[in-house]
Amino acid sequence: MAADFLGYKRPDGRIGVRNHVLVVPTVICAAVVAERIANAVPNGAALPHLAGCGQLGPDRRVTHETLAAYCGHPNVGAVLVVALGCEQVIAQHLADAARKAGKAAHVIAIQGEGGTLRTTERGIEIARQMAAELESQRRESCDLSSLILCVKCGGSDYTSGLAANPALGRVADRLVDAGGAAVLGEIAEIMGAEHLLAARAAAPEPAAQLLRVVSRVEAEAIALGLDIRGTQPSPGNIRGGLTTIEEKSLGATHKGGEHTPLTDVVGYSAPVTKRGLTVMDTPGLDVEAVTGMVGGGAQVVVFTTGLGTPTGNPIAPVIKITGNAQTGQSMADNLDLDVSGILDGRETLDGAADRLLAEVIEVCSGKATATERLGHREFAIHRRNPTF
Amino acid sequence: MNAAIAISDQDNVATALEALEPGRVLDIAGSRIVVGAPIPRGHKIALRSIRAGEAVIKYGSPIGTASADIAPGMHVHTHNVESTRGRGDLGR
Repeated sequence: MAADFLGYKRPDGRIGVRNHVLVVPTVICAAVVAERIANAVPNGAALPHLAGCGQLGPDRRVTHETLAAYCGHPNVGAVLVVALGCEQVIAQHLADAARKAGKAAHVIAIQGEGGTLRTTERGIEIARQMAAELESQRRESCDLSSLILCVKCGGSDYTSGLAANPALGRVADRLVDAGGAAVLGEIAEIMGAEHLLAARAAAPEPAAQLLRVVSRVEAEAIALGLDIRGTQPSPGNIRGGLTTIEEKSLGATHKGGEHTPLTDVVGYSAPVTKRGLTVMDTPGLDVEAVTGMVGGGAQVVVFTTGLGTPTGNPIAPVIKITGNAQTGQSMADNLDLDVSGILDGRETLDGAADRLLAEVIEVCSGKATATERLGHREFAIHRRNPTF
Repeated sequence: MNAAIAISDQDNVATALEALEPGRVLDIAGSRIVVGAPIPRGHKIALRSIRAGEAVIKYGSPIGTASADIAPGMHVHTHNVESTRGRGDLGR
Protein backbone atom coordinates (compact mmCIF):
# COMPACT_ATOMS: atom_id res chain seq x y z
CA MET A 1 0.00 0.00 0.00
CA ALA A 2 1.38 3.42 -0.97
CA ALA A 3 1.52 5.55 2.18
CA ASP A 4 1.97 8.84 0.35
CA PHE A 5 0.18 11.01 -2.14
CA LEU A 6 1.24 14.04 -4.15
CA GLY A 7 -0.22 17.21 -2.68
CA TYR A 8 0.40 20.94 -2.38
CA LYS A 9 2.30 22.03 0.74
CA ARG A 10 0.83 25.33 1.90
CA PRO A 11 2.64 28.09 3.83
CA ASP A 12 0.43 27.45 6.90
CA GLY A 13 1.51 23.79 7.02
CA ARG A 14 -1.73 22.37 5.64
CA ILE A 15 -1.79 20.12 2.57
CA GLY A 16 -3.98 20.69 -0.48
CA VAL A 17 -5.06 18.11 -3.05
CA ARG A 18 -6.24 20.73 -5.58
CA ASN A 19 -4.94 24.19 -6.51
CA HIS A 20 -7.98 26.32 -7.31
CA VAL A 21 -8.30 30.03 -7.92
CA LEU A 22 -11.30 30.63 -5.69
CA VAL A 23 -13.73 33.36 -6.71
CA VAL A 24 -15.94 34.19 -3.73
CA PRO A 25 -19.05 36.35 -3.95
CA THR A 26 -19.68 37.99 -0.59
CA VAL A 27 -23.41 38.03 -1.26
CA ILE A 28 -25.96 36.48 -3.62
CA CYS A 29 -25.97 39.74 -5.62
CA ALA A 30 -22.35 39.07 -6.69
CA ALA A 31 -22.83 35.36 -7.43
CA VAL A 32 -23.34 35.55 -11.21
CA VAL A 33 -20.32 37.81 -11.72
CA ALA A 34 -18.19 35.49 -9.56
CA GLU A 35 -19.27 32.44 -11.57
CA ARG A 36 -18.51 34.14 -14.90
CA ILE A 37 -15.03 35.04 -13.68
CA ALA A 38 -14.31 31.54 -12.36
CA ASN A 39 -15.53 29.92 -15.58
CA ALA A 40 -13.04 31.97 -17.61
CA VAL A 41 -10.00 30.87 -15.59
CA PRO A 42 -8.08 27.55 -15.50
CA ASN A 43 -8.80 25.79 -12.18
CA GLY A 44 -11.26 28.55 -11.34
CA ALA A 45 -13.92 27.71 -8.76
CA ALA A 46 -16.76 29.96 -7.61
CA LEU A 47 -18.85 29.72 -4.45
CA PRO A 48 -22.29 30.89 -5.59
CA HIS A 49 -24.53 31.13 -2.52
CA LEU A 50 -27.87 32.56 -1.45
CA ALA A 51 -26.80 34.52 1.62
CA GLY A 52 -24.48 37.34 2.63
CA CYS A 53 -27.16 39.86 3.61
CA GLY A 54 -30.40 39.94 5.55
CA GLN A 55 -29.02 37.62 8.21
CA LEU A 56 -28.68 38.07 11.96
CA GLY A 57 -26.89 36.20 14.73
CA PRO A 58 -25.94 32.58 14.11
CA ASP A 59 -26.81 32.53 10.38
CA ARG A 60 -24.71 35.63 9.73
CA ARG A 61 -21.82 34.05 11.61
CA VAL A 62 -22.13 30.69 9.81
CA THR A 63 -22.24 32.35 6.36
CA HIS A 64 -19.14 34.39 7.14
CA GLU A 65 -17.24 31.52 8.75
CA THR A 66 -18.05 29.13 5.90
CA LEU A 67 -16.87 31.56 3.23
CA ALA A 68 -13.75 32.41 5.27
CA ALA A 69 -13.02 28.70 5.77
CA TYR A 70 -13.07 28.15 1.99
CA CYS A 71 -10.74 31.17 1.52
CA GLY A 72 -8.22 29.58 3.90
CA HIS A 73 -8.75 26.01 2.63
CA PRO A 74 -5.63 24.12 1.48
CA ASN A 75 -7.28 23.08 -1.83
CA VAL A 76 -7.27 26.78 -2.75
CA GLY A 77 -4.15 28.50 -4.13
CA ALA A 78 -5.39 32.08 -4.44
CA VAL A 79 -8.59 34.01 -3.72
CA LEU A 80 -10.52 36.74 -5.52
CA VAL A 81 -13.37 38.17 -3.47
CA VAL A 82 -16.19 39.73 -5.48
CA ALA A 83 -18.24 42.14 -3.39
CA LEU A 84 -21.28 44.17 -4.28
CA GLY A 85 -20.43 47.05 -1.96
CA CYS A 86 -23.39 47.48 0.42
CA GLU A 87 -23.71 43.96 1.87
CA GLN A 88 -23.28 42.50 5.31
CA VAL A 89 -20.42 40.03 4.72
CA ILE A 90 -17.18 41.97 4.85
CA ALA A 91 -15.02 41.31 1.79
CA GLN A 92 -11.77 42.33 3.47
CA HIS A 93 -12.31 39.80 6.24
CA LEU A 94 -12.55 37.04 3.63
CA ALA A 95 -9.39 38.26 1.91
CA ASP A 96 -7.67 38.36 5.31
CA ALA A 97 -8.61 34.71 5.92
CA ALA A 98 -6.83 33.79 2.66
CA ARG A 99 -3.77 35.94 3.44
CA LYS A 100 -3.53 34.49 6.94
CA ALA A 101 -3.17 31.07 5.28
CA GLY A 102 -0.38 32.48 3.07
CA LYS A 103 -2.42 32.88 -0.14
CA ALA A 104 -2.63 35.80 -2.55
CA ALA A 105 -5.99 37.57 -2.20
CA HIS A 106 -7.67 40.44 -3.97
CA VAL A 107 -11.02 42.22 -3.56
CA ILE A 108 -13.13 43.89 -6.24
CA ALA A 109 -16.60 45.40 -5.81
CA ILE A 110 -19.32 45.66 -8.42
CA GLN A 111 -20.42 49.10 -7.23
CA GLY A 112 -16.79 50.26 -7.14
CA GLU A 113 -15.76 48.87 -10.53
CA GLY A 114 -18.87 50.22 -12.17
CA GLY A 115 -21.22 47.39 -13.07
CA THR A 116 -21.33 43.78 -14.21
CA LEU A 117 -19.29 44.08 -17.41
CA ARG A 118 -16.40 46.07 -16.00
CA THR A 119 -16.23 43.92 -12.84
CA THR A 120 -16.28 40.69 -14.84
CA GLU A 121 -13.54 41.94 -17.15
CA ARG A 122 -11.34 43.18 -14.31
CA GLY A 123 -12.00 40.02 -12.28
CA ILE A 124 -10.99 37.73 -15.16
CA GLU A 125 -7.78 39.73 -15.60
CA ILE A 126 -6.87 39.37 -11.90
CA ALA A 127 -7.89 35.71 -11.65
CA ARG A 128 -5.98 34.73 -14.80
CA GLN A 129 -2.85 36.30 -13.36
CA MET A 130 -3.40 34.34 -10.15
CA ALA A 131 -3.86 31.12 -12.16
CA ALA A 132 -0.61 31.78 -14.05
CA GLU A 133 1.25 32.20 -10.77
CA LEU A 134 -0.23 28.99 -9.37
CA GLU A 135 1.03 27.03 -12.38
CA SER A 136 4.57 27.14 -11.02
CA GLN A 137 3.51 25.35 -7.82
CA ARG A 138 4.37 21.64 -7.90
CA ARG A 139 2.88 18.66 -6.13
CA GLU A 140 5.15 17.04 -3.53
CA SER A 141 5.08 13.78 -1.65
CA CYS A 142 2.80 14.12 1.39
CA ASP A 143 1.93 11.76 4.21
CA LEU A 144 -1.56 10.28 4.52
CA SER A 145 -1.70 11.67 8.06
CA SER A 146 -2.24 15.13 6.53
CA LEU A 147 -5.64 14.12 5.13
CA ILE A 148 -9.05 14.91 6.56
CA LEU A 149 -11.53 12.60 4.84
CA CYS A 150 -15.18 13.64 4.67
CA VAL A 151 -17.39 10.54 4.76
CA LYS A 152 -20.85 10.99 3.30
CA CYS A 153 -23.74 8.93 1.99
CA GLY A 154 -26.73 9.97 -0.07
CA GLY A 155 -29.47 8.32 -2.08
CA SER A 156 -29.09 5.36 0.27
CA ASP A 157 -30.67 1.97 -0.28
CA TYR A 158 -30.21 -1.45 1.31
CA THR A 159 -26.78 -1.84 -0.28
CA SER A 160 -25.41 1.31 1.41
CA GLY A 161 -25.36 -0.14 4.92
CA LEU A 162 -24.28 -3.61 3.77
CA ALA A 163 -21.52 -2.80 1.27
CA ALA A 164 -20.42 0.76 0.42
CA ASN A 165 -20.61 2.27 3.92
CA PRO A 166 -18.70 -0.53 5.69
CA ALA A 167 -16.07 -0.45 2.92
CA LEU A 168 -15.71 3.31 3.41
CA GLY A 169 -15.59 2.81 7.18
CA ARG A 170 -12.60 0.52 6.75
CA VAL A 171 -10.86 3.23 4.72
CA ALA A 172 -11.62 5.76 7.50
CA ASP A 173 -10.14 3.31 10.03
CA ARG A 174 -6.97 2.86 7.96
CA LEU A 175 -6.56 6.59 7.42
CA VAL A 176 -6.98 7.28 11.14
CA ASP A 177 -4.59 4.42 11.98
CA ALA A 178 -2.08 6.22 9.72
CA GLY A 179 -2.54 9.44 11.74
CA GLY A 180 -5.25 11.12 9.67
CA ALA A 181 -8.77 12.25 10.44
CA ALA A 182 -12.31 11.59 9.25
CA VAL A 183 -15.39 13.79 9.57
CA LEU A 184 -18.98 12.56 9.63
CA GLY A 185 -22.01 14.88 9.53
CA GLU A 186 -25.78 14.48 9.09
CA ILE A 187 -26.95 14.40 12.70
CA ALA A 188 -30.47 13.26 11.76
CA GLU A 189 -28.87 10.19 10.19
CA ILE A 190 -27.04 9.33 13.40
CA MET A 191 -30.38 9.17 15.24
CA GLY A 192 -30.78 5.53 16.25
CA ALA A 193 -27.06 4.74 16.02
CA GLU A 194 -25.67 7.32 18.45
CA HIS A 195 -25.09 4.65 21.11
CA LEU A 196 -22.55 2.91 18.85
CA LEU A 197 -20.57 6.09 18.15
CA ALA A 198 -20.75 7.24 21.78
CA ALA A 199 -19.35 3.87 22.87
CA ARG A 200 -16.30 4.54 20.68
CA ALA A 201 -15.63 7.98 22.19
CA ALA A 202 -12.03 8.61 23.19
CA ALA A 203 -13.20 10.58 26.27
CA PRO A 204 -16.52 11.25 28.05
CA GLU A 205 -16.90 14.76 26.60
CA PRO A 206 -17.29 13.94 22.88
CA ALA A 207 -19.79 11.19 23.79
CA ALA A 208 -21.86 13.64 25.85
CA GLN A 209 -21.64 16.29 23.11
CA LEU A 210 -22.79 13.81 20.48
CA LEU A 211 -25.81 12.76 22.53
CA ARG A 212 -26.71 16.43 23.15
CA VAL A 213 -26.55 17.31 19.45
CA VAL A 214 -28.63 14.29 18.40
CA SER A 215 -31.22 15.08 21.11
CA ARG A 216 -31.43 18.68 19.91
CA VAL A 217 -32.07 17.64 16.30
CA GLU A 218 -34.68 15.10 17.41
CA ALA A 219 -36.37 17.74 19.60
CA GLU A 220 -36.48 20.12 16.63
CA ALA A 221 -38.25 17.50 14.52
CA ILE A 222 -40.69 16.76 17.36
CA ALA A 223 -41.32 20.49 17.96
CA LEU A 224 -42.61 20.77 14.38
CA GLY A 225 -45.32 18.28 15.34
CA LEU A 226 -44.48 16.18 12.30
CA ASP A 227 -43.32 12.65 11.64
CA ILE A 228 -39.67 12.78 10.56
CA ARG A 229 -40.53 9.90 8.22
CA GLY A 230 -41.83 12.53 5.80
CA THR A 231 -38.18 13.02 4.87
CA GLN A 232 -36.14 10.51 6.90
CA PRO A 233 -35.96 7.98 5.40
CA SER A 234 -36.74 9.66 2.07
CA PRO A 235 -39.38 8.13 -0.24
CA GLY A 236 -36.56 6.69 -2.36
CA ASN A 237 -34.88 5.19 0.71
CA ILE A 238 -38.18 3.48 1.62
CA ARG A 239 -38.66 2.07 -1.90
CA GLY A 240 -35.08 0.83 -1.60
CA GLY A 241 -36.03 -1.20 1.48
CA LEU A 242 -35.11 1.12 4.38
CA THR A 243 -38.00 1.20 6.85
CA THR A 244 -37.06 3.68 9.60
CA ILE A 245 -34.54 6.42 10.38
CA GLU A 246 -32.97 4.05 12.92
CA GLU A 247 -32.27 1.50 10.18
CA LYS A 248 -30.91 4.18 7.85
CA SER A 249 -28.70 5.60 10.62
CA LEU A 250 -27.30 2.22 11.63
CA GLY A 251 -26.28 1.60 8.03
CA ALA A 252 -25.02 5.16 7.57
CA THR A 253 -22.74 5.36 10.59
CA HIS A 254 -20.72 2.37 9.32
CA LYS A 255 -18.95 4.86 7.07
CA GLY A 256 -17.38 6.51 10.12
CA GLY A 257 -15.31 3.38 10.72
CA GLU A 258 -15.55 0.23 12.76
CA HIS A 259 -13.00 1.07 15.48
CA THR A 260 -11.93 4.69 14.87
CA PRO A 261 -12.40 6.63 18.13
CA LEU A 262 -14.86 9.54 18.28
CA THR A 263 -12.57 12.41 19.28
CA ASP A 264 -14.59 15.59 18.74
CA VAL A 265 -17.99 17.10 17.93
CA VAL A 266 -17.92 20.48 16.16
CA GLY A 267 -20.35 23.05 14.78
CA TYR A 268 -21.16 23.62 11.11
CA SER A 269 -18.06 24.50 9.04
CA ALA A 270 -15.91 24.67 12.20
CA PRO A 271 -12.31 23.45 11.84
CA VAL A 272 -11.62 19.73 12.29
CA THR A 273 -8.55 19.80 14.54
CA LYS A 274 -8.37 16.34 16.11
CA ARG A 275 -7.12 13.06 14.69
CA GLY A 276 -9.68 10.25 14.75
CA LEU A 277 -13.37 10.76 13.97
CA THR A 278 -15.00 14.18 14.30
CA VAL A 279 -18.78 14.50 14.08
CA MET A 280 -19.95 17.80 12.57
CA ASP A 281 -23.38 19.28 13.27
CA THR A 282 -24.80 19.38 9.74
CA PRO A 283 -28.23 18.60 8.30
CA GLY A 284 -28.73 15.47 6.22
CA LEU A 285 -29.28 17.47 3.03
CA ASP A 286 -26.31 16.29 0.94
CA VAL A 287 -24.97 19.56 -0.44
CA GLU A 288 -25.28 21.49 2.84
CA ALA A 289 -23.55 18.63 4.66
CA VAL A 290 -20.62 18.37 2.23
CA THR A 291 -20.28 22.18 2.08
CA GLY A 292 -19.90 22.29 5.86
CA MET A 293 -17.44 19.39 6.15
CA VAL A 294 -15.19 20.76 3.39
CA GLY A 295 -15.39 24.10 5.22
CA GLY A 296 -14.12 22.22 8.27
CA GLY A 297 -10.97 21.38 6.33
CA ALA A 298 -11.71 18.06 4.59
CA GLN A 299 -9.62 17.96 1.40
CA VAL A 300 -11.40 14.94 -0.10
CA VAL A 301 -14.89 13.46 0.14
CA VAL A 302 -15.95 9.85 -0.32
CA PHE A 303 -19.69 9.74 -0.98
CA THR A 304 -21.48 6.39 -1.03
CA THR A 305 -24.78 6.03 -2.88
CA GLY A 306 -27.18 3.17 -3.50
CA LEU A 307 -29.63 4.91 -5.83
CA GLY A 308 -27.02 7.23 -7.41
CA THR A 309 -26.51 10.99 -6.97
CA PRO A 310 -24.53 13.49 -9.05
CA THR A 311 -23.49 16.22 -6.58
CA GLY A 312 -19.93 17.45 -6.00
CA ASN A 313 -18.19 20.43 -4.38
CA PRO A 314 -16.46 23.52 -5.81
CA ILE A 315 -13.02 22.86 -4.28
CA ALA A 316 -12.87 19.26 -2.99
CA PRO A 317 -12.95 16.15 -5.17
CA VAL A 318 -15.95 13.97 -4.32
CA ILE A 319 -15.42 10.25 -4.98
CA LYS A 320 -18.71 8.45 -5.64
CA ILE A 321 -19.01 4.75 -4.84
CA THR A 322 -21.96 2.38 -5.01
CA GLY A 323 -22.70 -1.09 -3.71
CA ASN A 324 -25.67 -1.46 -6.06
CA ALA A 325 -24.70 -3.25 -9.29
CA GLN A 326 -27.72 -1.87 -11.19
CA THR A 327 -26.88 1.71 -10.20
CA GLY A 328 -23.26 0.99 -11.09
CA GLN A 329 -24.43 0.43 -14.66
CA SER A 330 -27.33 2.88 -14.94
CA MET A 331 -25.42 5.84 -13.46
CA ALA A 332 -21.90 4.89 -14.51
CA ASP A 333 -20.95 8.42 -15.59
CA ASN A 334 -21.60 9.74 -12.05
CA LEU A 335 -19.62 7.03 -10.27
CA ASP A 336 -15.95 6.36 -9.57
CA LEU A 337 -16.06 2.92 -7.97
CA ASP A 338 -18.47 -0.04 -7.93
CA VAL A 339 -18.19 -2.24 -4.84
CA SER A 340 -21.28 -4.35 -5.52
CA GLY A 341 -19.06 -7.43 -5.56
CA ILE A 342 -19.23 -7.34 -1.75
CA LEU A 343 -22.88 -8.45 -1.88
CA ASP A 344 -22.60 -11.17 -4.50
CA GLY A 345 -19.37 -12.62 -3.12
CA ARG A 346 -17.00 -11.41 -5.85
CA GLU A 347 -15.10 -9.21 -3.39
CA THR A 348 -14.48 -8.94 0.35
CA LEU A 349 -15.06 -5.77 2.35
CA ASP A 350 -11.30 -5.54 2.92
CA GLY A 351 -10.62 -6.00 -0.79
CA ALA A 352 -13.07 -3.20 -1.62
CA ALA A 353 -11.46 -1.00 1.04
CA ASP A 354 -8.03 -1.62 -0.56
CA ARG A 355 -9.36 -0.45 -3.92
CA LEU A 356 -11.11 2.56 -2.40
CA LEU A 357 -8.02 3.68 -0.48
CA ALA A 358 -5.95 3.38 -3.67
CA GLU A 359 -8.56 5.54 -5.45
CA VAL A 360 -8.45 8.14 -2.64
CA ILE A 361 -4.65 8.33 -2.98
CA GLU A 362 -4.84 8.72 -6.77
CA VAL A 363 -7.55 11.38 -6.56
CA CYS A 364 -5.61 13.28 -3.89
CA SER A 365 -2.60 13.16 -6.25
CA GLY A 366 -4.61 14.79 -9.04
CA LYS A 367 -6.83 12.18 -10.74
CA ALA A 368 -10.17 13.80 -11.65
CA THR A 369 -13.35 12.36 -10.16
CA ALA A 370 -16.65 11.87 -11.99
CA THR A 371 -18.04 14.97 -10.25
CA GLU A 372 -15.08 17.04 -11.46
CA ARG A 373 -15.29 15.72 -15.03
CA LEU A 374 -19.00 16.52 -15.17
CA GLY A 375 -18.66 19.97 -13.59
CA HIS A 376 -20.72 19.17 -10.48
CA ARG A 377 -19.74 21.94 -8.05
CA GLU A 378 -22.79 22.20 -5.79
CA PHE A 379 -22.43 24.54 -2.81
CA ALA A 380 -25.03 25.47 -0.17
CA ILE A 381 -24.51 27.07 3.23
CA HIS A 382 -26.81 25.75 5.95
CA ARG A 383 -29.24 28.31 7.37
CA ARG A 384 -31.48 27.89 10.40
CA ASN A 385 -33.28 31.20 10.88
CA PRO A 386 -35.51 33.60 8.98
CA THR A 387 -33.99 36.05 6.49
CA PHE A 388 -34.72 39.67 7.34
CA MET B 1 -24.38 -15.83 -3.29
CA ASN B 2 -26.90 -15.90 -0.47
CA ALA B 3 -30.46 -14.90 -1.30
CA ALA B 4 -30.73 -12.97 1.97
CA ILE B 5 -28.31 -11.95 4.69
CA ALA B 6 -28.49 -11.20 8.39
CA ILE B 7 -25.72 -9.06 9.85
CA SER B 8 -25.73 -9.93 13.55
CA ASP B 9 -26.81 -13.13 15.26
CA GLN B 10 -29.19 -10.99 17.34
CA ASP B 11 -31.07 -9.87 14.22
CA ASN B 12 -34.69 -11.00 13.83
CA VAL B 13 -34.78 -9.84 10.19
CA ALA B 14 -32.59 -10.46 7.13
CA THR B 15 -32.17 -8.39 3.95
CA ALA B 16 -33.18 -9.99 0.65
CA LEU B 17 -30.39 -9.69 -1.93
CA GLU B 18 -32.79 -10.75 -4.68
CA ALA B 19 -36.58 -10.76 -5.04
CA LEU B 20 -38.01 -13.69 -3.02
CA GLU B 21 -41.19 -15.56 -4.03
CA PRO B 22 -43.56 -17.20 -1.50
CA GLY B 23 -42.83 -20.86 -0.84
CA ARG B 24 -39.11 -20.62 -1.42
CA VAL B 25 -37.07 -22.21 1.37
CA LEU B 26 -34.01 -20.32 2.59
CA ASP B 27 -31.21 -21.15 4.97
CA ILE B 28 -30.26 -17.88 6.66
CA ALA B 29 -27.75 -17.79 9.49
CA GLY B 30 -28.52 -21.41 10.34
CA SER B 31 -32.32 -20.99 10.33
CA ARG B 32 -34.67 -22.58 7.81
CA ILE B 33 -37.11 -19.93 6.62
CA VAL B 34 -40.06 -20.47 4.28
CA VAL B 35 -40.77 -17.23 2.38
CA GLY B 36 -44.36 -16.23 3.28
CA ALA B 37 -44.93 -13.19 1.05
CA PRO B 38 -43.26 -11.58 -1.95
CA ILE B 39 -40.14 -9.77 -0.70
CA PRO B 40 -38.66 -7.19 -3.11
CA ARG B 41 -34.89 -7.08 -3.47
CA GLY B 42 -33.40 -5.01 -0.65
CA HIS B 43 -36.41 -5.45 1.63
CA LYS B 44 -36.50 -7.37 4.91
CA ILE B 45 -37.82 -10.81 5.78
CA ALA B 46 -38.65 -11.93 9.34
CA LEU B 47 -36.37 -14.68 10.66
CA ARG B 48 -38.47 -15.36 13.75
CA SER B 49 -41.91 -14.61 15.06
CA ILE B 50 -41.98 -10.93 16.12
CA ARG B 51 -44.86 -9.86 18.33
CA ALA B 52 -46.54 -6.45 18.09
CA GLY B 53 -44.65 -4.08 20.40
CA GLU B 54 -41.41 -6.06 20.14
CA ALA B 55 -38.21 -4.48 18.77
CA VAL B 56 -37.20 -5.27 15.20
CA ILE B 57 -33.43 -5.91 15.28
CA LYS B 58 -30.98 -5.39 12.39
CA TYR B 59 -27.21 -4.75 12.65
CA GLY B 60 -27.68 -5.99 16.25
CA SER B 61 -29.63 -2.84 17.20
CA PRO B 62 -33.33 -1.90 17.26
CA ILE B 63 -34.55 -0.29 14.02
CA GLY B 64 -38.13 0.22 15.27
CA THR B 65 -41.07 -1.53 16.90
CA ALA B 66 -43.38 -4.07 15.30
CA SER B 67 -46.87 -2.55 14.92
CA ALA B 68 -48.44 -5.98 14.25
CA ASP B 69 -47.53 -9.60 14.89
CA ILE B 70 -45.10 -10.72 12.19
CA ALA B 71 -44.65 -14.42 11.36
CA PRO B 72 -41.31 -15.88 10.19
CA GLY B 73 -40.90 -15.50 6.42
CA MET B 74 -43.12 -12.40 6.17
CA HIS B 75 -42.24 -9.02 4.68
CA VAL B 76 -41.05 -6.50 7.31
CA HIS B 77 -41.41 -2.87 6.26
CA THR B 78 -43.33 0.36 6.91
CA HIS B 79 -46.70 -1.49 7.03
CA ASN B 80 -45.73 -3.41 10.17
CA VAL B 81 -42.83 -1.45 11.73
CA GLU B 82 -43.01 1.94 13.47
CA SER B 83 -40.02 4.20 14.02
CA THR B 84 -39.59 5.31 17.62
CA ARG B 85 -37.49 8.40 16.83
CA GLY B 86 -38.33 11.97 15.84
CA ARG B 87 -42.08 11.32 16.02
CA GLY B 88 -43.58 14.78 16.44
CA ASP B 89 -46.84 13.40 15.02
CA LEU B 90 -47.42 11.34 18.17
CA GLY B 91 -47.54 14.35 20.51
CA ARG B 92 -45.35 14.52 23.57
